[in-house]
Amino acid sequence: MTQAAFVRTEMVPEQAPPITSSGVIGWMRKNLFDGWMNSLLTVVSLVAVGALLYEILPWIFRSSWTAGSLNECREQIKEAYGPDASGACWAVIRERYAQLTFGFYPSELYWRPILAFILMLGAMAPVLFSNLPRKLLWFSGLYPFIAAWLLWGGSVWGPLSALAGFIIGFALLLAITPRFGAILGVIAAVLGPIIWWTLLSGTVIDVLDSIIPIALEPVKSRNFGGFMLSITIGVTGIVASLPIGIVLALGRQSDLLIVKSLCVGFIEFIRGVPLITLLFVASTLLNIFLPPGTDFDIIVRVMIMVTLFSAAYMAEVIRGGLAALPRGQYEAADALGLDYWKAQRLIIMPQALKISIPGIVGTFIGLFKDTTLVMIIGLMDPLGLSTAIRANQEWNGIVWELYGFIALVFWIFCFSMSRYSMYLERKLQTENH
Amino acid sequence: MTALTDPPKESFRLSMLIYDTRYRSMTIQVVALMGFMLLFAWIISNTLQNLSALGKPVDFGFLFEPAGYDINQRLIEYNSQSTHLRAAFVGLLNTLLVAALGCALATILGVIIGVLRLSKNWLVARLMTVYVEAFRNVPVLLWIVLVMAIMIETMPPPRDFRGDNPSASMLLGDSVAVTNRGVYIPEPLFSRGLGDISVFGAFDISLDLIAILIALFGGIYASKLVKRRADRIQEATGDRPTTWYIRLGLVVLPTLAVLIALGFHLGYPELKGFNFKGGIHMRNSLIALWLALSLYTAAFIAEAVRAGILAISKGQTEAAYALGLSRSQTMNLVILPQAARVIIPPLISQYLNLTKNSSLAIAVGYMDITGTLGGITMNQTGRELESILLLMAIYLSISLSISAVMNWYNKRVKLVER
Amino acid sequence: MKKTVFLGALAVTGLAAGAAAAGTLDDVKARGKLNCGVTTGLVGFAAPDANGVWEGFDVAVCRAVAAAIFGDPTAVEFIPTTGKTRFTALASGEVDMLARNTTWTFTRDVDLKFEFVGINYYDGQGFMVPKSLGVSSAKELDGATVCIQTGTTTELNLADFFRSNNMSYEPVPIETNAEAQQQFLAGACDVYTTDASGLAATRATFENPGDYVILPEIISKEPLGPLVRHGDNAWGDLVRWTLNALISAEELGITSANIDELRKGTNNPEINRILGTEGNLGEMLGLSADWAYNAIKAGGNYGELFEKNIGENTPIGLSRGLNAQWKDGGLIYSPPFR
Repeated sequence: MTQAAFVRTEMVPEQAPPITSSGVIGWMRKNLFDGWMNSLLTVVSLVAVGALLYEILPWIFRSSWTAGSLNECREQIKEAYGPDASGACWAVIRERYAQLTFGFYPSELYWRPILAFILMLGAMAPVLFSNLPRKLLWFSGLYPFIAAWLLWGGSVWGPLSALAGFIIGFALLLAITPRFGAILGVIAAVLGPIIWWTLLSGTVIDVLDSIIPIALEPVKSRNFGGFMLSITIGVTGIVASLPIGIVLALGRQSDLLIVKSLCVGFIEFIRGVPLITLLFVASTLLNIFLPPGTDFDIIVRVMIMVTLFSAAYMAEVIRGGLAALPRGQYEAADALGLDYWKAQRLIIMPQALKISIPGIVGTFIGLFKDTTLVMIIGLMDPLGLSTAIRANQEWNGIVWELYGFIALVFWIFCFSMSRYSMYLERKLQTENH
Repeated sequence: MTALTDPPKESFRLSMLIYDTRYRSMTIQVVALMGFMLLFAWIISNTLQNLSALGKPVDFGFLFEPAGYDINQRLIEYNSQSTHLRAAFVGLLNTLLVAALGCALATILGVIIGVLRLSKNWLVARLMTVYVEAFRNVPVLLWIVLVMAIMIETMPPPRDFRGDNPSASMLLGDSVAVTNRGVYIPEPLFSRGLGDISVFGAFDISLDLIAILIALFGGIYASKLVKRRADRIQEATGDRPTTWYIRLGLVVLPTLAVLIALGFHLGYPELKGFNFKGGIHMRNSLIALWLALSLYTAAFIAEAVRAGILAISKGQTEAAYALGLSRSQTMNLVILPQAARVIIPPLISQYLNLTKNSSLAIAVGYMDITGTLGGITMNQTGRELESILLLMAIYLSISLSISAVMNWYNKRVKLVER
Repeated sequence: MKKTVFLGALAVTGLAAGAAAAGTLDDVKARGKLNCGVTTGLVGFAAPDANGVWEGFDVAVCRAVAAAIFGDPTAVEFIPTTGKTRFTALASGEVDMLARNTTWTFTRDVDLKFEFVGINYYDGQGFMVPKSLGVSSAKELDGATVCIQTGTTTELNLADFFRSNNMSYEPVPIETNAEAQQQFLAGACDVYTTDASGLAATRATFENPGDYVILPEIISKEPLGPLVRHGDNAWGDLVRWTLNALISAEELGITSANIDELRKGTNNPEINRILGTEGNLGEMLGLSADWAYNAIKAGGNYGELFEKNIGENTPIGLSRGLNAQWKDGGLIYSPPFR
C-alpha cells in the first residue's frame, strides 16, 4: 500500500467568479460584447440611438409653451436659445388640447364625455378582470345606454326606451320559447323589439317626456371630434359588433349550407375590402341604400359601417375561441340533453368568449387605430383636427408637434391595451393547465 | 316470432316544419335565405328609387370617356386624354406595385427584427422590442403622413444640387440622387433594343425584358438539372461532385450574353431644368407609402416570426448545437425552416392587411386605385355608386387572389401528418 | 326633438322621418338650425378657432342665411366637407347649402344637378413660385413639378393648360391646402397652383412671403359661389337673395354700423325695401320682414365681410380686383330689390 503524496481532505472554498464574468463587466460581456458580431451590433445600436436622441432631444426641450401663434413661437425660441435654434412649439398643444380631445363638444359640457369615459372603465372592469363580483356585469350591460344618454344628451326616455326594446325581446324569448319552441321564440324576440322601436317608442317617449321631463342638453354627433370621436367610434364598433360577430361565428360553424354560405360570404367580403372603401360607402352610398328621406348624420353612418366591419373580424376571433374549446365540451353538452341554444348559452359561449377576450382586445386596438381613417371622409378625428388647426392663421405651417402629440396619445392607449391583453393571455394559459 | 312491421306512416303536418328536426334545418335555411333576399331586394329598390330621384341611373359608360387629368406615376402609357377605365388601370398597377414592394420589404425587415428580438445581445433585443411596440401601437395612417413629412422636410430639394457650390450632392458616384421629390436611380437602357410588343392593343410589353427573363429562367432551370444530377450521383456513390461554378455559370452567363447583345447600359439621372431627368424616379409618395407600410407591417411580422421561433422546441436548437452547427447555421438550417410553417398563416393575413392598407395612399397623393377610380374619377364624374362598387370588387379580387395563392403555398409546405 | 336618429340606427329601420317631400326651408325651420357645408379648413374662408367657432368668408355667407331665417347668426351647424364628400353631402340632404369655394361649372350645374345661386368670389387659377426659381411666366414652367389639390377643377385646368401649350409637368396631387403648403415650402414642388385667392391666402401665412411670387397668368375662370340642390326653387331663392342683399347693402351704403339708423326709415325706397320697412319682400321668401336686416347685421355687408376676412388689412391681403362693386369697375353686381 503506497501512501499518496497529497490527498485533499476538505473542499476548496468557493471562489468569487473572475471579475470579467461577474458584476457589471461580466453582464456587459455576456449580454453586449459576446463575440465580434455582437460587439459590432451593440456599437452600431448605441451610435444610432445616440444620433437620434442628439437630433430630437434639443428640439423637444428647446420649446415654447406660451406663444399664441407659430411666429410668436419662433421668436420666443430664437430669443431664448439663440438665432439658429429651432424647437418645438408645444404652445399649439396647450391651446388646442381640449379641441383635440373633445372636438367641438360644448366646453361647459365636457363633464359628460369625461364621466362617460370613467363609467366605461367601470363597465369594462368586470369583463376584463374576472375576480370582481359578477353582479357588476349588470352595470356593464346597462352602460351603453347610459353612455349614449351622456354623450348625446336629450331626454332620458330615449335610451330607456331603446333599452326597453331589448327587455321586451328578452321577455318574449323567455315567454314564448317554452311553449312554442326556440325558433318562434327567436323570431318573436327579433320582431317584438323592432315593432316597439319603430312604431310605439316614439309616442311613449313623447308621453313620458311630457309627464316626467328629465333631459340633458342635446349635443349633435357632428360636434364630436378628436380622441373622443375615435374612442366613441371604436367602442361603439366593438360593443355593437360583438352580438353580430357571435351570430356570424355560429352561422359559419353551422351545418346549414345556406346559412353558412351567407355568413362566410359576408365575412370574406368585409375582410377582403379596405376599411376606407366602407367609409366611402358610409359617406356617399349609405343614404342611397336606405329609403328616400332617411338621413342619419355622418357619424352614425360611420358607426354603422365600422360595426359591420368589425363584426366580420369579431366573428373570426370568436370562431377561433369556439375552435379552441375541447371537443369534449360539445359532447358533454349533448350528453346532458341540452338543445343547441341551451348548449351554446350555458356551456359553449361563456367559455369561448372568455378565451376570445385577448383577441377581442386585439380587434379593438386595430379598430381604434383605424378610426383615424375617418379623416379621409372629412370627420374631425385627431388627424382631421390637425388639418383644421393648420388651416388656422396662427398655426399655419405647424407639423411635428401635432403629429407627435397624436401619435403619443394613440401609443399610450394601444400599448396599455396590448399589455393588458398579454397579461390576460398568460393568465388564461396558466388557468387552463 | 313476429314479423317486423313498418312504423305507422306519418302524415305531414305543417307544424313538423318547426318541431321535427328532419325538416327544421330546412325551414331555418329557407327563412334565412328569404330574409336575406328580402333585405337585398329592399336595398336595391331603395337605391333605384333614390338614384332616379337624383336623376343618375346606374351607368358605367363614364369609364369610356376621357379622364382629363394627369397621373404622375404610370406604369403603362397614359395621358389626360385616355379614358377613366385606363386611369383606373394605371391606379390598379400602382396599387399592386406598392403592395408587392411593401410585402417584400416587410418580410425581410420582419424576419430580421423577429430574429434579433430573440438575440442574446441585451441592447439589440431591447431596441427591437421598442421598435415593435412603437410601430404596432400607432395608426398606420399617422406613420404614412409622418414618413412623408420627414421625406419632405429633411431631404434636399433639387435646387440644392444646382450651382457651383451645391449644398447637396448625388450619391454612389453621381448615380443616385436623393431629393425631397423622391429618389432618382439609374435606369437600364438598351442601345440595340428589340422594341415593344403590343398586347390586345392596350399595353406595351418590352421585348428586352422578355428576352432577359427567358435567359434568366432558362439558366435557373438548367442549373436545377445539374443539381438534380449531382443529387443522384451523391445518392449512388456518396460523393458529391463540385458543381457550384457550373451552376453559377449557367445562371449568369446566358443572361449576361443577352444583356451584352442588347447593348445594356445604365442611364444616370441628371439635373436638367426644374428636375432631375433620366433614371428611374421613385416619387416620395411611393417611398413614403412603401416605407411606412413596410415598417408598420414588419412590426407585426416580427411578432409572428418570434412566436414561430419560440414554438420550435428547444431540443431542436440543442440537437443542432450537438451536431456542431454554428448559431447562424442553426437558425438558418434548422429553426427557421420549421418555424416557417407556423409563421406562414399569420404572414398571409399581414400581406392582406398591407395590401388593403395601401389604399391609404390617398393621404400622401400616391395615385393608386383609390386615388384614381375612387378619387379623382369619382369626384369628376359624380358616379359614386358605380365607382365604389367597382373599387370594392377590385380590392376583393386582389384579396381573394392573394389568399388563394398563399393558401396553396401553405398547403404545399405543410407537414404531411400521418 | 327626440333622439330618434340614434335609436333609429339601433333599430336599423327605414322608417326615419320621411322629410324629403317637405321644402328645405320648412326642414330648416323645424330643425332650428341651418346645416351648412364648408371646407375642412382654408385660411380666410373657413377654419375653426380654438373654441370651435368657425370663421371666414364662406362661413359668413352661412351665418347671413341663418340670420335671415332665424334672426340668429349662430343657428348654423358647420359641416366640414372634403372636395370628395361635398357634393354627396349636398345631394343626400345632409347639408342644406354648400358655401365652400366651389366653382360654378356646366356639369356641376346640369349633370350633378345643383343650383349655383350666385357668385361670392370671382377667382381664377394661378401659379405661385419661389422668387429664386427665376420664372416670370407660366409659359416657362415646362418640366416643372406642380402641387395641386385633388378633387377640384384645378387638376383638369392644369392638364388642359400644359397640354395646349405643349409642355410637360409632373403633378403632385395633395388632399389639403396645409399639406400642399408644406411640400411647396420644402421645395418638393416648384409650383403651387390653386385659385388665386387660395394662393394669396397661403402666401400670407409664410414666414417670408416676399420670397414667393404669384405669376401673372390666370389660366381659368373660377366663379365661386354657394350652391343648393336642384328642385327646391324657393330655398334657392332664399339663399340667392340673402347673398344679393349683402351685395346690394354695400352698393347702397348699408353697413352693420349704420343699419339701425337706416332702419328707422330713409328716402331711398330700395333701402327701405331691403330692410323691410317698405313692401313685403320677406314675406314672399317665407321669412319675416327683417330678414335682410338680420342677414346684414350678422356680419356686415359684402364689403365688410371681405375686408374682415380676406381683405387688404388681413394677413391674407386680397385686393378687391374683380370682386369690387360694378360701380368701382368690378363684377360684383346684384339684381335690384324690387
